[in-house]
Amino acid sequence: MDDKVIIVDDLLRTFGSFTAVDHITFDVKKGEIFGFLGANGAGKTTTMKMLTGLLSLSGGKATVAGFDVQHNPEKVKKRIGYMSQKFALYDDLSVWENIRFYGGVYGLQNSEIKERGEAMLEKLNFGDVRDQMIGSLPLGWKQKLAFSVALLHQPGIVFLDEPTGGVDPVTRRQFWEMIYEVAETGTTVFVTTHYMDEAEYCDRIGIMVAGKLPALDTPAKLKQQFDADSVDGVFVQLARGKQKE
Amino acid sequence: MRSFRGFVIKEFYHIIRDYRSLLILFGMPAVQLILFGYAIRNELTQAKFAVVDPSHDVVTTELVNKMSSSHYLQFDGYLKSENDIHEAFKAGEIKEVVVFDRQFAHKLTHDGVADIQLIADATDPNMGRMITGQIMGIIQQFQISGTAGGTPGRIQITPKERMLYNPDLRSVNLFVPGLIAVILMLISALMTSITITREKETGTMEILLASPLRPMQIIIGKVLPYFFLAFLDVVIVLGLALVIFHIPFRGSVALFLGESGLFALTALSLGLLISSVADSQQTAMMMALGGLLLPTILLSGFIFPVSSMPWPLQWLSAIIPARWFLVIVRGIMLKGVGLAIIWKETAILAGMTLVFLFVSIRKFKVRLD
Repeated sequence: MDDKVIIVDDLLRTFGSFTAVDHITFDVKKGEIFGFLGANGAGKTTTMKMLTGLLSLSGGKATVAGFDVQHNPEKVKKRIGYMSQKFALYDDLSVWENIRFYGGVYGLQNSEIKERGEAMLEKLNFGDVRDQMIGSLPLGWKQKLAFSVALLHQPGIVFLDEPTGGVDPVTRRQFWEMIYEVAETGTTVFVTTHYMDEAEYCDRIGIMVAGKLPALDTPAKLKQQFDADSVDGVFVQLARGKQKE
Repeated sequence: MRSFRGFVIKEFYHIIRDYRSLLILFGMPAVQLILFGYAIRNELTQAKFAVVDPSHDVVTTELVNKMSSSHYLQFDGYLKSENDIHEAFKAGEIKEVVVFDRQFAHKLTHDGVADIQLIADATDPNMGRMITGQIMGIIQQFQISGTAGGTPGRIQITPKERMLYNPDLRSVNLFVPGLIAVILMLISALMTSITITREKETGTMEILLASPLRPMQIIIGKVLPYFFLAFLDVVIVLGLALVIFHIPFRGSVALFLGESGLFALTALSLGLLISSVADSQQTAMMMALGGLLLPTILLSGFIFPVSSMPWPLQWLSAIIPARWFLVIVRGIMLKGVGLAIIWKETAILAGMTLVFLFVSIRKFKVRLD
């Protein structure tokens, strides 16, 4: 119980008469890479938005980093990192200005921003592009940078919303290496994705279908449970099952 | 507070690096001022007139001389006969023709009555009316001063007009206050709505909302730089107007700046309102230009006086903030009035601002939820 950093209990979100997230319950342990899968419109992004305090809850309870997201969203926000589907650094600011800006937004001291920012650039091998405008960089670079920026304030949990969408396979691979590295330092990674092969890299996965969460376990156990040889197989079975209904 | 400062600095970077923003912020006001100041003029300057004078005597010559010496009018020459008038107007140079009666001086001294016909090119009705008015004034003046020689002493009632606050009837004086309203509207409303929707479009707004920054900080951080720049523009436009066009400034500068600040706030809250509804920069721009800028130019009394509008438009103009701001600014600049006189307009503006702010902040919050 003590090492659970995300606790979701009977979470509900409705938009008018439409139920986007239908009473789901799960938790995520500290340092885990938790993959959140589902077709478009299954409720992944809605769930993530509720967990990051961007959206209010219609029912149920969610605790992130020890705080109730409904009642203490500001406290939650300080302790999480967030990287959205859309690439979200400023094109007309340089690499360093983006780092400085987001560092400032999360309340880091100038000395901290300088120290961590320099270390980050060195690690990414981005020293040369430090003063270049973000707009001039290739997408893969931007994604890596956006991920690193989301970790600048050293959050306990980082939420990644389809971080590898539209990125080439090599960069995707590098991206996942970065995710592993981060998880090893004890940071919890909550990631949504479309790519079923990426799901295999996760410690545990949850698959959302039409607002519900019918599958929740390690990739290996899910494959066993659904008698499939890949997560893709599990996913297809679940999606078909929904169609039969 | 530190993160807030960083936010404002970032916003300035955006503005400085986008040449289009810079153009709108500083190019547009200057261009507009020069356009309205020099090109778009309603007043007369050196309007050309011609004369048909079959009698050609002392009195008519004297009258033509008097007309020529007015700096509103310029004597272009004599026409041979009335048949040439149409040709002269069609050529486009001449705006007015003065036709004297035959034996003008003779009739005047003997019969006491002589005719002058004033024919105006009324393609531009206002212009025609104004030139005719000028010439009538000169003739009347001439008659009263008695230079006409032995005119029988008849009692005459002559109205003496005095144009107060803008004696030369210069339209620049009228345009500059309106221009300040347009610029404030443009920068505060258009630019803020665009900058906020841009963050929505690029997805950075989501990141900001997921950060510990409070929504209020985000809004104020985005709006503050534009408030500052709008204010700077007001000062620049006013300075240019005073230096280049010698606009009078009779009232209190502090009151003027305060009222400008209030109007900037009104425009900002409208910009916020737009950005809470619009999801793309294009939509925001269309809404701001069509919904705010056009009414500000057309219905506020900037160009067309509110009192000469049909009543539905007059009624409509009452909900346009610029209308009230214009009354305030013209009052301060041209008449030198104080708050005691314009408190009503100020209160209306303040009320509007509060309503817009309230609605837009509520809307903004709803979007987060």
